[in-house]
Amino acid sequence: MATMTRSSDKPLVGLLHTCLVDFYRPSIGFASVQLLEQAGCEVRVPDLQTCCGQPAFNSGNFDQARAMARQVIKAFAGFDYVVGPSGSCMSQVKVHYPQLFADEPDWLAQAQELAGRSFELVSFLSDVLNKTDLQSSYQGTVTYHDSCSGLRELGIKQQPRKQLEQVQGLSLVEMAEAETCCGFGGTFCVKYPEISVRMASQKVSNIQASGADTLVGGDLGCLLNISGRLTREGSPVRVFHVAEVLAGMTQIPAIGEGEMR
Amino acid sequence: MQLSSANFKSAARAALHEPNLQAAMAENRNFAAHVRVQVDGTANFQGLRAQAKAIKDHTLAHLDHYLERYEAAAIKQGTQVHWAQTPEQAQQIVVDICRQASARSVIKGKTMIGEEMGINDALARAGIERYETDLGEYILQLADEPPSHINGPAIHKTLEQVQDLFHEHHKDLGRESFLHEPAELLAEARRLLRKRFFEAEVGITGANFLIAEDGSHVLVTNEGNGDLTSLLPKVRIVLASIEKVLPSRADAGVHLQLLALSATGQPLTSYTSLYGGTKNAGELDGAEQCHVVLLDNGRSEMLAGEFRPMLRCIRCAACMDNCPVYNWVGGHAYGWIYPGPMGSIWTPQLTNLEQTVDLPNACTLNGRCAEVCPMQIPLPDMMRVLRSQHWQQQLTATTTRWGIGLWAALASRPRLYRLLTAMAARTMAWAGSKRGRLSRLPLARGWTEQRDMPAPQGATFQQLWQQRQADKNGSEQ
Ligand code: SF4
Repeated sequence: MATMTRSSDKPLVGLLHTCLVDFYRPSIGFASVQLLEQAGCEVRVPDLQTCCGQPAFNSGNFDQARAMARQVIKAFAGFDYVVGPSGSCMSQVKVHYPQLFADEPDWLAQAQELAGRSFELVSFLSDVLNKTDLQSSYQGTVTYHDSCSGLRELGIKQQPRKQLEQVQGLSLVEMAEAETCCGFGGTFCVKYPEISVRMASQKVSNIQASGADTLVGGDLGCLLNISGRLTREGSPVRVFHVAEVLAGMTQIPAIGEGEMR
Repeated sequence: MQLSSANFKSAARAALHEPNLQAAMAENRNFAAHVRVQVDGTANFQGLRAQAKAIKDHTLAHLDHYLERYEAAAIKQGTQVHWAQTPEQAQQIVVDICRQASARSVIKGKTMIGEEMGINDALARAGIERYETDLGEYILQLADEPPSHINGPAIHKTLEQVQDLFHEHHKDLGRESFLHEPAELLAEARRLLRKRFFEAEVGITGANFLIAEDGSHVLVTNEGNGDLTSLLPKVRIVLASIEKVLPSRADAGVHLQLLALSATGQPLTSYTSLYGGTKNAGELDGAEQCHVVLLDNGRSEMLAGEFRPMLRCIRCAACMDNCPVYNWVGGHAYGWIYPGPMGSIWTPQLTNLEQTVDLPNACTLNGRCAEVCPMQIPLPDMMRVLRSQHWQQQLTATTTRWGIGLWAALASRPRLYRLLTAMAARTMAWAGSKRGRLSRLPLARGWTEQRDMPAPQGATFQQLWQQRQADKNGSEQ
């Protein structure tokens, strides 16, 4: 296995920034870096990373999914941990890479090794580093949307809520059907737009009924979808990624907001 | 039933705009939530689940053995066992039995295997009257529609629609008043059906489980119609498929609890009956002939391949009741007998891959179905396997093929990828900078027709990160 030059004895974390964060919302990447550094990690960002390959995998193109998985395995060799601000991408690495290499023992071993040290950001902070006092503030009433892969494949449910409850000025309310899919589903949202929008609208009604002024979640894909429907309905509810709220990086326009609100 | 899954998209779109259906599906969502409360409150649910899966995996690994044992034991009880490779063979067997019994009419309990066999049409072609005795099926017979759910066949109908159907079809009874109350409607259906129960020469039901150790079968209902159908006519026909066999009564006990709990939240269904063969000498009740028709229809092939876990399915419908897609589009959109997540796996196996491409694709892979499935069937994994078969056989939609192909090609060239994504992010950010979102995107109309696309912040994370690293190194020197 590759070894890395270290500048300290801190845990060395490779940030898997995800293709969506890279493209749409770098602030989530910087919030993640800040949270990890505050928690005592040394963070690096491999520049060979692009996408985890989930779109190919979920479209049934397993060969290309494997090619992309190999790229990620190589890019993140040697880190103590691989952490990303997305339950869905991290579940691709943790749960699905080993599935993809079921018939290739060499790669399977590497995929399993990577899976063992890969974590979604908030569960990493909570479950691995036991960080509970992130010291940030946010004025608002927040409701949390559980993204499907994080919830069902990685067991992320209480961790983000516990962390959010620690944020000064923030009050957390539960919406109905918080665990119900928002209709994003990767390519589903463009292949079956009418059904997808219906699911997003239902999510929007639940958010509005909760009385929250802010929606927070752990997966940018879902947040883009829900935000897109919220703004189309003219709703003033703001949308942030959980990393941005926990890092106190909410002075910037929320998802879907322009320069002038 | 005609396979019309190829029309999924248009059927789903129509369903979204059908107010009656939407009202009915909203009720199904509530019902499903109520059932989940009961399941979550059952202390040994996870234990039962593990037990049931182990039993079924063992049975499937020795399916030939248990089927032979079942057959031998059933014959001992006076049951005649018929094997049908295809639905057509099953139809022929059933029609022949009815003809031999000189049947003018048959009464029927709910059977999804019967739907799969196409029994209703076969009986009609043979000129044999058929009376459905399950209330839901009775309603559908009036409406001339197929079931939209595997154990609540008429859940897509609202009470108002049922009132209207009864009013229209029961006109000749001379009833003047319009019936409103569910209890009144039920009483009327009951009264009409009573007569049919006594007239019919043949009773047809399904079977939930076949017991190998004693050749009996288990039938569960909440209306008791299954028992009248099984017991009153001289000839009983039981329609089942080969994966319904279980080694023992005790094994069935485990599955029965899971089935009732996952289907309706009950600890046990109102009627759970065990039937063994024909009426014995000196007994007052029971059929004089008992026939069991066992359908294969592709299941032997499933047994040998990667879809074997699907054969664990006990038809509880939890996967569809909890599926956010099913609960918006309803069962008919799926275009065949088995809808929702389980149907998206069953249908391609039992029909063909080409005309069912939409089924495993119209799924967000949210995983809820696998979470609630009492038999721990990895439904989302199997949806992906089907998608990979589509990919290999060039059945994937061309836009998806191209899109994914391009994306993957780009993503495996990090330098080019960074260049192009940086350009695209900048362009989109510029276009949406004022409002922070775009309400039209040329290549993603599906997205923007009814929702906005939030605009990117401008530079990519990789760009900004490299800058930050450069600044840091600069200030350190
Ligand atoms: S797949 Fe599972 S949840 Fe769905 S009907 Fe079959 S047993 Fe029930």
